[in-house]
Amino acid sequence: MAKLPVQFRLNGSDRATFVDPSSNLLDTLRRGLGDFAPKYGCGQGTCGVCTVLVDGEPQLSCLTLAVTCEGKQIETASGMADGPNLQPLQEAFMDHFAAQCGFCTPGMLTAARALLARNPNPTRDEVVEAISGNICRCTGYEPIIAAILTAASAPGARRA
Amino acid sequence: MATMEMRKEIFADERDDNLNVIGKGVQRQDMPGHVTARTRFFDDHAFDGMLHLKVVRSPHHHARIRSIDVSAAERAPGVKRVLRGADVPVNKNTLLSLINFGKDDEPTLAVSKVSYKGEPVVAVIADSEAQALAARKLVRVEYEQLAPVFDVEEALKPGAPVVNETYPGNYFEYHQRFDHQKLRFGDVERAFAQADMVIEERYQMSPIEHAPTETNGSIAAPEHNDRYVVHSCAQGLFFSLGTTAKIVDLESNRLHFIGGTVGGGFGGKVDSLTEPLAVLGAMLTGRPVRYVLDREEEMLYGSPRGAERIYVKDGLMRDGRIVARSIRSYFDAGAYTRLSSYAAIKCTAHLPGPYWIPNVSSDVYVSYTNRCPSTAMRGFGVTAVDFALEVQMDRLAEAANMDPMEFRILNAYRDGDMKAHRRVAKNTALIECVQVAADRANWPLSEQARRASSLGGGAGERSQIPATQLDARGQIGRPDSRSGPPTQVLPPGTMRIPLSKQPIMDGARDGRATPTQVPRYEPQPVAPPPMPAYQPGSQAYQPPPAYAPPPAYQPAPSYQPPPAPPAPPPAAPSQHGAVRFSTVFGTRRR
Amino acid sequence: MLDVRTCASLSEAAGILSGDRQAMLIGGGTLVMRDVNEGRLTEGTLVRVTDPAYRQMSVSGARVELGAGVTMAMVLASRELAYLHAPARGIGGPAIRTMATIGGNLFAATPYGDFTVALLALDAQVVLQAGYGSGRAMPLEDFLAGRERGGQGLVTAVQFSRPQNPSELFFRKIARVKPKGISVLSIAAHLPSSSGRVAQARVAYGAMAPLPMRARGVERVLEGKALDQPAIQAAKQAALEGCRPATDAIASEWYRREILPVHLGRLLAGEPR
Repeated sequence: MAKLPVQFRLNGSDRATFVDPSSNLLDTLRRGLGDFAPKYGCGQGTCGVCTVLVDGEPQLSCLTLAVTCEGKQIETASGMADGPNLQPLQEAFMDHFAAQCGFCTPGMLTAARALLARNPNPTRDEVVEAISGNICRCTGYEPIIAAILTAASAPGARRA
Repeated sequence: MATMEMRKEIFADERDDNLNVIGKGVQRQDMPGHVTARTRFFDDHAFDGMLHLKVVRSPHHHARIRSIDVSAAERAPGVKRVLRGADVPVNKNTLLSLINFGKDDEPTLAVSKVSYKGEPVVAVIADSEAQALAARKLVRVEYEQLAPVFDVEEALKPGAPVVNETYPGNYFEYHQRFDHQKLRFGDVERAFAQADMVIEERYQMSPIEHAPTETNGSIAAPEHNDRYVVHSCAQGLFFSLGTTAKIVDLESNRLHFIGGTVGGGFGGKVDSLTEPLAVLGAMLTGRPVRYVLDREEEMLYGSPRGAERIYVKDGLMRDGRIVARSIRSYFDAGAYTRLSSYAAIKCTAHLPGPYWIPNVSSDVYVSYTNRCPSTAMRGFGVTAVDFALEVQMDRLAEAANMDPMEFRILNAYRDGDMKAHRRVAKNTALIECVQVAADRANWPLSEQARRASSLGGGAGERSQIPATQLDARGQIGRPDSRSGPPTQVLPPGTMRIPLSKQPIMDGARDGRATPTQVPRYEPQPVAPPPMPAYQPGSQAYQPPPAYAPPPAYQPAPSYQPPPAPPAPPPAAPSQHGAVRFSTVFGTRRR
Repeated sequence: MLDVRTCASLSEAAGILSGDRQAMLIGGGTLVMRDVNEGRLTEGTLVRVTDPAYRQMSVSGARVELGAGVTMAMVLASRELAYLHAPARGIGGPAIRTMATIGGNLFAATPYGDFTVALLALDAQVVLQAGYGSGRAMPLEDFLAGRERGGQGLVTAVQFSRPQNPSELFFRKIARVKPKGISVLSIAAHLPSSSGRVAQARVAYGAMAPLPMRARGVERVLEGKALDQPAIQAAKQAALEGCRPATDAIASEWYRREILPVHLGRLLAGEPR
């Protein structure tokens, strides 16, 4: 089966690669383009560790056909920091110990980023709902919820 | 009122008294990597020309393999290599063989039969994951189904289907001859007869999947200097390296394992589920090979915390004192040993819980069933039995018409108490823990319970080792004595029964009878020996002093005094390479 | 190996699906990609529709039509569809809802497919297109009954009458994991009232049978009654009529049967879960 070209903007840079027709976006980002921020956790839409933003909306990259991303804006957690400067959300995750093994963290950050972009002042319930598709097996979620609420109230949080 | 205190006098000479981080937040060193998504997990490594390995698994719980046909899969697009059991250099292993514990019982790829649903049979290596998945469908395996056994007690009955040919009795053989771990202290039967109440209950726990967000996996690639680099999710990286080196028959210095970032493990990443096949694939293809379990494989076939069934029988006095506790427990190892043999040892070491009970007996079995092999998980060996014991404690408290907190304070270990393992309890703190918990929960305690202390009320009578019942023929734990009544008594004050310092190579494995061994024992020292200063190598086995019967001892009618053991060899510095006997692991080479 | 065809029109996609038995429609991907990732789907053609009509919503008239490619996130973004927000929010987390479509939900195997349960309570029709012909409407219940046979054509839209009083549509998803998990069961009830009495009740369950089902017994006993204690009691007694729940990883058949009348009673009485 011939490979297909696909081109999109990844974290602000134009990227192009060739994919199998049935390749998912996750494999394309990781093995095609070397962005290892989104992870493989289940391949079935249960865990959320592969969450990326497609045109600003959260999507599960393992369930997204790569060829459907032609011309879109893809954002992953590796594009969040501006050089050495972390986003308030990233700093809040550090301050609240919102990561242990770190495997769910890129997906959590991306889900939280989508929430704060749409709703800069979420309630606790809204935060819980926003990460309800992201599984964390280490922290018990409370530090993550606290971090997102802190980031929402931080100055400059709207950048997230 | 109990307060929290730091017992700084403990280990005072082993550390500087400069601990100053308690109560402060100290940033984790890996946190910047986590929040910037730069932490590299095993799968976050790019290799040119990487191949993908997928495994054909048994659809049956128990079946003989009649034939395996891989010809269509080998011809499928993108397929570089198909692996069968015969391709695995050392296709039988047990994890703890690295410390000489247990017999090799588990194949990397099944050859003649499968013993659990999901057991790996064939591995397909292809250019892409999709090609490996497509080719996997083309492997034809013919099975002849066998009767399975799923229940830990059914598995131990005569005539049960043999799950694991290495252990034909369906039990792990401790010291290559005993079918369970046994603990005896005092005479539970006599205590039950004298107790005001006897309460017996059955407890069970199901298997529990660790469900790490990162599934098990590894990438192996040929490296310079004839080595292989392995990016691994293993929780015990060098454990996995040693296991892999054995299975693929390479010197361990030809394997370069990289890990340390584990995407959640909780015990489920100690089994080296993927590393041996990934390395073997890299050896045979000369290319990087990636083998990652998908979520379904992780949930169904990545080993879980094993199921357990526990019977607890307690003798209770009306005033709330527990005078006897008898436990029979079964670990469900699944089809292969992995770490269950160790779990049962931990369980036995934990009994009878943190309570002083003058008569204790326990028999803990590791049972093979046609289920997914179980492994380590957060306190395995202890968690389920603790659940059973604490629920039992609540039931006993109710039967004694006592508050459950006060009931625990009454029965808790105190400093100086003799434990069922014939060790003196030290640094006990259950009473204080219960007092603090009650205080924080606004749970009213009586004045007496509030004044109780682990530092007082123990020792004295409670530090004595009672005369202890043995099973038939003095053989502890022989299969044929499983239900036999006790016929012998170990005199009071007996510390331990060295089995033998000689390696025992025969036993139930080959069906030959093992010559009867008369237990030898040693008395409890009158005063605890002074703690020797730590010396390298001094933790090795110390030969017991010669036996001298305590004055009060009168042999029971049926009891034949054992021959005095040979005089112990003069204490000498342990020599590297000598065969040692460990009460935990049996003979081992140091 | 799998191929992907991108179709700019619905009729092109319908034509491919009719002509090629190995062709399969991919909507949001939440069902199909799972089978691809796990190696169950390795051959054939995935058909993708980019026709804007596929994602069209007409929501203001008395007859509502939602394109099969409308996502749960689009439903949640529509103020006019507020009565469907509860079932839409019941589907996955935000990322799933960006992707999951109404059309896909019609194919979700039990215990998934909660949005379809709400559509059953709205007495929805499924618009199907076979080959290059024009679409035909079919009652959702009939569509579900024939779903496993396949070959019914391309689902292009669902249609239903807008509830005259949106507060008369009720939805509950019962899951053990909070804030959400897979359904133990779900209940949707459309209970239009006419001078204080229920008229033309439509009650539907998810995960209480191999397919989303109508609770005809409950509908019957509620018809013409005020929603008072005796009527709710009668509904609870009729709740299990026709149910054939499964034992799966989420719940046992026994548990589903035990809790269904309880949750139905609470829903009808307006009590919280």
